[in-house]
Amino acid sequence: MSGLLSLTTFAPLAGVAVILAARVLHGAGEKTDTLAKWIALVTTLVTFGLSIILTAQFDPKNPGFQFVEDVAWFAGLHYRMGVDGISVLFVLLTAFLLPICIVASWKSVEKRVVEYLIAFLVLETLVIGVFCALDLVLFYLFFEGGLVPMFLIIGIWGGKRRIYAAYKFFLYTLLGSVLMLAAILAMIGISGTASIPELMTFKFAPWLQTWLWLAFFASFAVKMPMWPVHTWLPDAHVEAPTAGSVILAGILLKMGGYGFMRFSLPMFPNASEMFQPLVFAMSAIAIVYTSLVAFRQTDIKKLIAYSSVAHMGFVTMGIFSGNAAGEQGALFQMLSHGIISGALFLCVGVVYDRMHTREIAFYGGLTNRMPMYAAVFMLFTMGNVGLPGTSGFVGEILTMTGVYKASTWTAIVSASGVILSAMYALTLYRRVMFGEITNPQLTTITDLDKREILIFAPLIVSTLVLGIYPNLVFNLTATSVDALVGAWRAAVGG
Amino acid sequence: MQTLVTILVFAPIIAAAIAGLFGRRIGNVASQSVTTGALILSCALSWYTFSQWTWGHMEAFTVQLLPFIHIGDFQANWSIRIDALSATMLIVVTTVSALVHIYSWGYMAEDDSKPRFFAYLSLFTFAMLSLVTAADFMQLFFGWEGVGLASYLLIGFWFKKPSASAAAIKAFVVNRVGDFGFALGIMTTYWAFGTIQFAELFPLIQANAGKTWEFAGHMWPLMDIACFLLFIGAMGKSAQFFLHTWLPDAMEGPTPVSALIHAATMVTAGVYMLCLLSPMFEYAPVAKNIVTVIGAVTALFAATVGLTQNDIKRVIAYSTCSQLGYMFFAAGVGAYQAAMFHLFTHAFFKALLFLGAGSVIHGMHHEQDMRRYGALAKLLPVTFIAMTIGTIAITGLGFPPLHLGFAGFYSKDTIIEAAFAAGGHNALAMFAWVIGVLVAGLTSFYSWRLAFFTFNGTARWGHDAHGHDDHAHDAHGHDDHAHAHDDHGHGHDHKPHESPWVMLFPLVVLSIGAVAAGFVFTGYFVGHHQEEFWRGAIYTAPTNHVLHEAHEVATWVKWSPLIASLIGLLIAVYVYLIKGNERLGLKLAERKGPLYVFFYNKWFFDELYAATFVRFAKFLGDLFWKGGDQKIIDGLGPDGVSAVSYEVGKRTGRLQTGYLYHYAFVMLLGVAGLLTFALYAFR
Repeated sequence: MSGLLSLTTFAPLAGVAVILAARVLHGAGEKTDTLAKWIALVTTLVTFGLSIILTAQFDPKNPGFQFVEDVAWFAGLHYRMGVDGISVLFVLLTAFLLPICIVASWKSVEKRVVEYLIAFLVLETLVIGVFCALDLVLFYLFFEGGLVPMFLIIGIWGGKRRIYAAYKFFLYTLLGSVLMLAAILAMIGISGTASIPELMTFKFAPWLQTWLWLAFFASFAVKMPMWPVHTWLPDAHVEAPTAGSVILAGILLKMGGYGFMRFSLPMFPNASEMFQPLVFAMSAIAIVYTSLVAFRQTDIKKLIAYSSVAHMGFVTMGIFSGNAAGEQGALFQMLSHGIISGALFLCVGVVYDRMHTREIAFYGGLTNRMPMYAAVFMLFTMGNVGLPGTSGFVGEILTMTGVYKASTWTAIVSASGVILSAMYALTLYRRVMFGEITNPQLTTITDLDKREILIFAPLIVSTLVLGIYPNLVFNLTATSVDALVGAWRAAVGG
Repeated sequence: MQTLVTILVFAPIIAAAIAGLFGRRIGNVASQSVTTGALILSCALSWYTFSQWTWGHMEAFTVQLLPFIHIGDFQANWSIRIDALSATMLIVVTTVSALVHIYSWGYMAEDDSKPRFFAYLSLFTFAMLSLVTAADFMQLFFGWEGVGLASYLLIGFWFKKPSASAAAIKAFVVNRVGDFGFALGIMTTYWAFGTIQFAELFPLIQANAGKTWEFAGHMWPLMDIACFLLFIGAMGKSAQFFLHTWLPDAMEGPTPVSALIHAATMVTAGVYMLCLLSPMFEYAPVAKNIVTVIGAVTALFAATVGLTQNDIKRVIAYSTCSQLGYMFFAAGVGAYQAAMFHLFTHAFFKALLFLGAGSVIHGMHHEQDMRRYGALAKLLPVTFIAMTIGTIAITGLGFPPLHLGFAGFYSKDTIIEAAFAAGGHNALAMFAWVIGVLVAGLTSFYSWRLAFFTFNGTARWGHDAHGHDDHAHDAHGHDDHAHAHDDHGHGHDHKPHESPWVMLFPLVVLSIGAVAAGFVFTGYFVGHHQEEFWRGAIYTAPTNHVLHEAHEVATWVKWSPLIASLIGLLIAVYVYLIKGNERLGLKLAERKGPLYVFFYNKWFFDELYAATFVRFAKFLGDLFWKGGDQKIIDGLGPDGVSAVSYEVGKRTGRLQTGYLYHYAFVMLLGVAGLLTFALYAFR
């Protein structure tokens, strides 16, 4: 079905139009806010439905791009869209998380509700666009455009130090963006095309690959984020509203990993091989370094943010492992992390909404009053720790297995992250949940309400289903990943 | 048969889900009934399966359930593998688990979260069953970490107690250290042989025994490296020397948990793994030697610590640790069958001792310090008889000429004889033999000490027995564990009392096992029928005749463990049983000789680890966070830049929120400008 991809991508914008219309008709007010929430929810659910249809109709045996749309745009540019087994997964993840974000914000956002919802819907369109774009320029527009709503979400609806956080986010990203843009321009100039499928088979001279790879790397490494350009993330997370954190961890970080798989690996294979040790080193450092930093945090959200950086370390090393196990593991780890860290941020949101603090020391003994919350938080803590049976395990073991082949040292160092993650995650859980309640303010705290259960239910189900039957994903991605690995090996002669 | 074993494996998890999710709605009795019922069903089916295997000549088979991870030749499946090893483990796991479920009706009667407790117990059982029936490394690892989760949850069951949740984390993290090695071992094996399926892997090994593996510029013997890494996993799970520190602390969990998880089943998973992977270990001579040494050292270490402890549960915990050491050095010298046999008999008598201790603790209103026990034999007669049987079994009393004795007599003596036989051509095995005999004496002493201290002598509970609320935990960490109590409410009758029959019934059943398990099964596990019984589940290299040689050792060797055991018994009798010597043991302890202090403080492992690893992790964490992230990265990067920009911003006199729009706007302008340039330049 042609046009399905564009429909999925731009459906959220239709919601924006309806919300604006409602605003015009009803004026500003509480009634409009409620109406806008419902419109946003329906829109995101429809988008999710479309993404499911897309996945269902996707042919997993076909390694090429599907649902391709190609319309001449202006000035020689093309509006080119299409998905393969790698990107369809991210479209699904994005569309899955957005309705959860809307419901999660139902009560916690009180000011400028309409604008807030519009920001999320626009963000959804731009992010889905990133994963579907098959034209360099189009990709760039979506990629950088996505930053604007995220800026706004942190900067307007964020916490006390939101300006600092948004600013840091901006500075880091700007650095990467400029370099990537320059690289894109050079690529178009040299190859004469902006078509991603064509560029994937275009052979850039090795010296050129080096420079282009570095330029793209600057942008994607910031996005991941990789050590040492990760320090924006904890601040951005701490200041962002809960749903903002979910999107940030769940989807925006994945744009970096997706970029590596879509651009760096197929377009600059020789450079990718050359820089493999660099990536491995940065990943291994990230895993150990940020896990240890997470261990010492006093703010729940910051701790989870640092653990995100560690988990992304598994992703980057997996991507550059150059074998199917590592690649599939990285892909799976991104998907799984999107669900689990999103859920963990929502868990933080639950207590933050009640107590308005994220200080670990403030809490303690919550299990006494919140047994349901204790169970949910435990499940996602275990997912974060990578317990087999949760989706967190599959990505970790596969990326380590893949990297073991390419660099045993990296696998050994990264495997120690498995010990460290247990240390920080269980210590956090203990300090927040176990013991007696000693803080008098906590004696009236309430357990999850129906809305919150509704938010967590799909995340719980997907964590367990993907943990027990991850082949569901591998069936979808196998052909594309094999093609990616095959092309890379052919190019580097491995 | 396929359907039966599937029901057997899944009944506990279904019950756990019902009790865990709907426990509060359906109530305590329904939750307890559904989990206990499921376990009794599993237990019955396990015995049926085992009997079909042993006497019905059933063939080994694997039920394929669902693909797990399929990527190229990395093929992991959910499946149920049934052979001699798994059939043996099935009956061990489900029997002890079913009895512990029943026992917990009484022991946990006054706890206010019973559904959660029973759900955890059943969850554990499922994880353990999936571990023992795994047909590939991934499911094995799933079960491996799954039992770790259940153990974590149950150790920390009384989550209000800080010591319980600390012990839970310690157990999980130390096990993770083991799993670190385990995971690397799996990867090494996978890349060397291109498969993680046992059935495909094992036949490849003999031909590749001499294979080497390059790492860090050296060529290493592949099988030794792989097996050593896998053994690290076993060390963690089975609390072997260096990774043992979590097991004594795990006694913070309710006593039924200690019996099930930290005595009979989970901690033996490491031994099971070694036997399962015998086709690999048989071609890893260096790794086997390491196993022998670690096993022997653990047996000695734990026994020495066990001599001095005063907390009844801790004595039994160190005893478990020590007995696991026996099993490991048995596997290390190549007598896997003997290791499995000891695993089997040990499950009965150790679960018996733990549940018996639980009965004493229950009767003593949650007092765990043996110095406050004494003369309980008449007040707790059934418990007394059951624990005496357990003690005879663990100390291995029997009569060698007739080859007749309690359970431990058969299995432990086979191990010691095998070590002696292997010692003929391996000095390390001889080392293990010496330790094995010595530890038999130590085991006897501390086990009888426990029995006499508790049931005989004068009553030391009297007026002070109810005072357990007065003792706070010593803040200095290595406190005398005298004051660790199962921390839940209890009635106000302070006279020690016998436990209800729901708790005594499991003791009776286990007593029968402790008496008869060795006598009945010795022929199948290690005797004349062993090859027919194992049917290839345990592999022994063509050069490995240790089990055969073990039966033919000299008579004095056969007598040596018994004599050591009797010496231990006599000393215990002298110190703790003979009237007038009552204070002798306590006086010895009060003198605080250096060896006593060393043993009593568990060779100072906790202090050592706290001073090194834990402090180092905290130090590095702070260094990276405050030094690395804040000073270096942020200081030179964004904050440095922003400090300058902030000045500029202030001068423009804008509202703070203005920046954001400003920068977003500038960025968009920049993008637009560059794009425009691109469009024209490359048209």
